[in-house]
Amino acid sequence: MGRYVVQRLGQMVPVVIGTTFLIYALVWALPGDPFAAKCGDRPCPQAYVDRMTAEYNLDDPLPLAYLQYMGNLVTGDFGQTFSGASVAGELLQRYPITLQLTVLAIVVEVVIGIAAGVLAGIRRGGFLDNLVLVSTLVVVSIPVFVLGLLAQTFFGVRLGWFPVTSDGTLYSLVLPAIVLGSLSLAFVARLVRANLVENLRTDYVRTAIAKGLTRQRVIGVHALRNSLIPVVTFVGADFGGLLGGAVVVEGIFNIPGVGNMIFRGINAHEGATVTAAVTVLVLVFLIVNLLVDLLYAVIDPRIRHV
Amino acid sequence: MSSSVAPDQLAPPPARVPERPAGRNGRRRGRRRGGGHAAAVPRSLAGDAWRDLRRNPLFLISAAIIVVLVAMAAVPGLFTDADPRACDLANSRLPPSGSAWFGYDLQGCDMYARTIHGARASILVGVLTTLGIAVVGSVVGMVAGYHGGRVDALLSRLTDMFFAVPMLLGAIIVLATFPSRVDTPAWQTIGKVVLALGVLGWTTVARLMRSTVIQVKQADYVQAARGLGAGTRRILLRHVLPNALAPVVVYSTIILGVFVVLEATLSFLGIGLQAPVISWGIAISEARSYIRQSPHMLLFPGAFLSVTVLAFIMLGDAVRDAFDPRLR
Repeated sequence: MGRYVVQRLGQMVPVVIGTTFLIYALVWALPGDPFAAKCGDRPCPQAYVDRMTAEYNLDDPLPLAYLQYMGNLVTGDFGQTFSGASVAGELLQRYPITLQLTVLAIVVEVVIGIAAGVLAGIRRGGFLDNLVLVSTLVVVSIPVFVLGLLAQTFFGVRLGWFPVTSDGTLYSLVLPAIVLGSLSLAFVARLVRANLVENLRTDYVRTAIAKGLTRQRVIGVHALRNSLIPVVTFVGADFGGLLGGAVVVEGIFNIPGVGNMIFRGINAHEGATVTAAVTVLVLVFLIVNLLVDLLYAVIDPRIRHV
Repeated sequence: MSSSVAPDQLAPPPARVPERPAGRNGRRRGRRRGGGHAAAVPRSLAGDAWRDLRRNPLFLISAAIIVVLVAMAAVPGLFTDADPRACDLANSRLPPSGSAWFGYDLQGCDMYARTIHGARASILVGVLTTLGIAVVGSVVGMVAGYHGGRVDALLSRLTDMFFAVPMLLGAIIVLATFPSRVDTPAWQTIGKVVLALGVLGWTTVARLMRSTVIQVKQADYVQAARGLGAGTRRILLRHVLPNALAPVVVYSTIILGVFVVLEATLSFLGIGLQAPVISWGIAISEARSYIRQSPHMLLFPGAFLSVTVLAFIMLGDAVRDAFDPRLR
């Protein structure tokens, strides 16, 4: 296990370096004026250009500039917004809310997704199975921003069950979290179903039944636990999708998180703020994936011996 | 993902033909096994898959929808003779009526005409991006898988790098850096979205291609071709590529719907397609502030978008099932 952790950490270093370099190059080093889109609909004031040139070392050759930029990132300096506030400070205020939202979305997708997948999987071809398959197909095909707008109008405005926009309470995050988690929920349900159907045909399940174990125990412990390993992988890989979706959902429900900062930054054409915030999200995604990989080793005993 | 290989016309089937159940519908599948019935006509995996697909109602329905959508994208005049850019502010946000089936949008443009014309942007972005990533990913994956060694290690790490950036976030970075304006020509606006999605989208294809090529290059017929003196180019194009293509085809059909959603999402955020281009995402974004008063502005483009995505997902499902020899 220890060796596996070290190995994974070692593999992550070049990916982090490569990814940040990719982002830096995309934003500052591609041909064209990097300031074309960073100050709204007018050209950037010379003072801003000078400040950013100094801050991002744009006069230095690319590798050197990138190294200095990395140094800033490592020390927590993510630059400044157009109005001069520190991006890091802004992010620090906002990230707990985005974290709450995404964790809530993951809870929604995992709990409901697994339940739906199990219900569909144990009676393959039955009514519930078909219901789950069709409803997941429908959910998958409605884009998050359409679903968000519909949910906000219907459950928020018409029925009044949920607050229309965020009011700072956890409850006001429930509807956005359901919207955000719905896409992944459908995938989790299908994944659990497919794996459960496969695992229910294995020898160890037949043995468990032959031993006289109850149906609950056979499905709940023997078949389901083995069906969950791909789900853990999926949730980790899907976390990036959730963060992307958070930009949309936080924009629609006006939740003051990191996604909302990106959403507003896009509307104000504040390229530098947007890219700084997105870079942070990408780094968070990389770290979460590392954690998921480690969790994977905890769940699946076979990995520890690698 | 299926790791199956399809024998091409010239070469005998590879040694490891995947086990295939006798047939889903009790029908004997026409796959020649190891060397048993020499009389059986050799059939390619693609041929098998096509036979399967033609009987699959899911495929027929989704294909029909897609044909209609493509017709809509290519010749919108078939469906409407109204001009989507002829707008009259006096009609702003009027609900659906006999003269305008889908009502009018904020600028007083005919929503039906705009919804029909909006298909072009979605289909164009979806198809172009998919083609792009299929080509780039296949080339990278094939080179990495076939050469192996240091080239493989380098290309694989490169793939990891691009793979680590979530696609929507990456596209936001690219498009926030190079935004389009009202005076940007339409092809440039669309091209930017295609590039932004393509830059990060090719990695899965590369990984798929690499792993299948590694399997295929050891097959007997590749060894035989090399023994007969075929060059690398000929081996790759005539023997390896046709046999490693199936997983890429399957993935491409599935991912096409995803690109359509991403394009609409980016347009909704305001950095995808821009005003002179007609797009469902832009229409939905515009409808945002008027949902309560004028729900038709959201519902029609939203429904078209969802049906398009649904059609591509169903098509992807059907194609995957048809190409998967281990089908349950």
